Amino acid sequence: MLKLKRLFKSFLFKDLFKGLNITLYNLFNKKVTIQYPEEHIPRSPRFRGLHALRRYSNGEERCIACKLCEVICPALAITIESEQRQDGARKTIKYDIDMFKCIYCGYCEEACPVDSIVQTDISDFYFEKNDSRVINKEQLLSYGDKYELHIDKLKSEDSKYK
Amino acid sequence: MELFFTLLYTIIKIACVSIPLLLAVAYYTYAERKVIGYMQLRIGPNRVGPLGLLQPIADAVKLLFKEIIIPSKSNKFLFVIAPVLSIAPSLAAWAVIPFGKNFVIADINVGILYLLAMTSISIYGIIIAGWASNSKYALFGSLRSSAQMISYEISMGLCIVGVLMLSGSMNLKSIILSQSGSILNWYFIPLFPLFIIYFISAIAETNRSPFDVAEGESEIVAGFHVEYSGMLFAVFFLAEYMNMILVSFLSAIIFFGGWNSPFESIEIINHYLSWIPCIFWLLLKSSFFMFSFLWFRATFPRYRYDQIMRLGWKFFIPISLFWIIIISFFIKFKIFF
Repeated sequence: MLKLKRLFKSFLFKDLFKGLNITLYNLFNKKVTIQYPEEHIPRSPRFRGLHALRRYSNGEERCIACKLCEVICPALAITIESEQRQDGARKTIKYDIDMFKCIYCGYCEEACPVDSIVQTDISDFYFEKNDSRVINKEQLLSYGDKYELHIDKLKSEDSKYK
Repeated sequence: MELFFTLLYTIIKIACVSIPLLLAVAYYTYAERKVIGYMQLRIGPNRVGPLGLLQPIADAVKLLFKEIIIPSKSNKFLFVIAPVLSIAPSLAAWAVIPFGKNFVIADINVGILYLLAMTSISIYGIIIAGWASNSKYALFGSLRSSAQMISYEISMGLCIVGVLMLSGSMNLKSIILSQSGSILNWYFIPLFPLFIIYFISAIAETNRSPFDVAEGESEIVAGFHVEYSGMLFAVFFLAEYMNMILVSFLSAIIFFGGWNSPFESIEIINHYLSWIPCIFWLLLKSSFFMFSFLWFRATFPRYRYDQIMRLGWKFFIPISLFWIIIISFFIKFKIFF
């Protein structure tokens, strides 16, 4: 009897229509697609992406070559060499980050006493050749110059939670 | 000279059917990607041209320029001829489809028999493709597909027998004319179970989801066309979509009154809608069935192979036979008709 009942039920296609109803309902629903190059998913100001070296507003680079970032870097991705400049200030002559070694932990930014090395929220960058994976001081400074306003905005957004 | 003009006229008529048909196939693939995308909360292709409308053209160009790879130990002649064998019947079947009261390429009086024959012949293309590829997946796919198509053809044929008994004719035009007058004359009302069985069998017949074991991506890669690439693959693709459009038209014609307007019996509405050409109603009805193909694909998971066979042989054939007997009683004792 139960079997007969089940057989009769299956002839009504009840569960099939239930499924069709769901797909038809979703046909008119709001779509969740994000058009990637034009749109991004919302991202925290604390997002740890591409690195940058910042300058003071007078154009002087912030980095004082204290090498705290080099020491704290758990992946040994940062290499720094420093020299004394004419006016007595200690400045880096080499600041390399191996982007393949970097684990994007953000310790370098936390260690920096002068907020020089920072991680921006830029997540989509790429290297065309294997040897261009090491980005040097000039590149880092140019990222800093290019995104200074953006970095400033991110850091001030995040500062109240620090 | 007269022969020449008849020939020219026929060729023009064929072009009038087949060129819009090929365009319809191209945009049916676009519609498929859009509809299934929308049902999965995506938005589908939207990069090539406005709203992605040039996507099918880009796809066609891509397939044209791709290399046709012929497997080394395959039977080259059969390998190349198989797509042709599969597309030729699905194109030829369109000869008997009446698009309007006076527009049909071949108004033959065994139209339905011809359609059944043509859809059966296209199995050969698939079997030969699977065998000539010299690949086990292709062979599995073609065997599955041929077994499935043959078993569902029986129930599909039995459903059509019900229509033939009611209309008393095998000519598609007179089948449509016998349904005219009112929406209540359409055959899906007395033959509702047969219509359901017909449409499900039609999905199985065209190897579409949820009966797409013939190309089941997760089991046998792509089935019978696994070794095909470039334009040869595109021809199989065309044949499959053309068959889908064909069975959609056929279900509109034999169960839903073809080009008849649904408001024919209501005098007032019919008066205001009389300017609409009758082909519009046919296209409207068949596009609903074409949409259903995509709808089912987005909804149902694939049947297991033995479940397909069980459904075809143990349910559809007995039910359709039973309903034919009931209908014949109705006709004999003139209960409804």
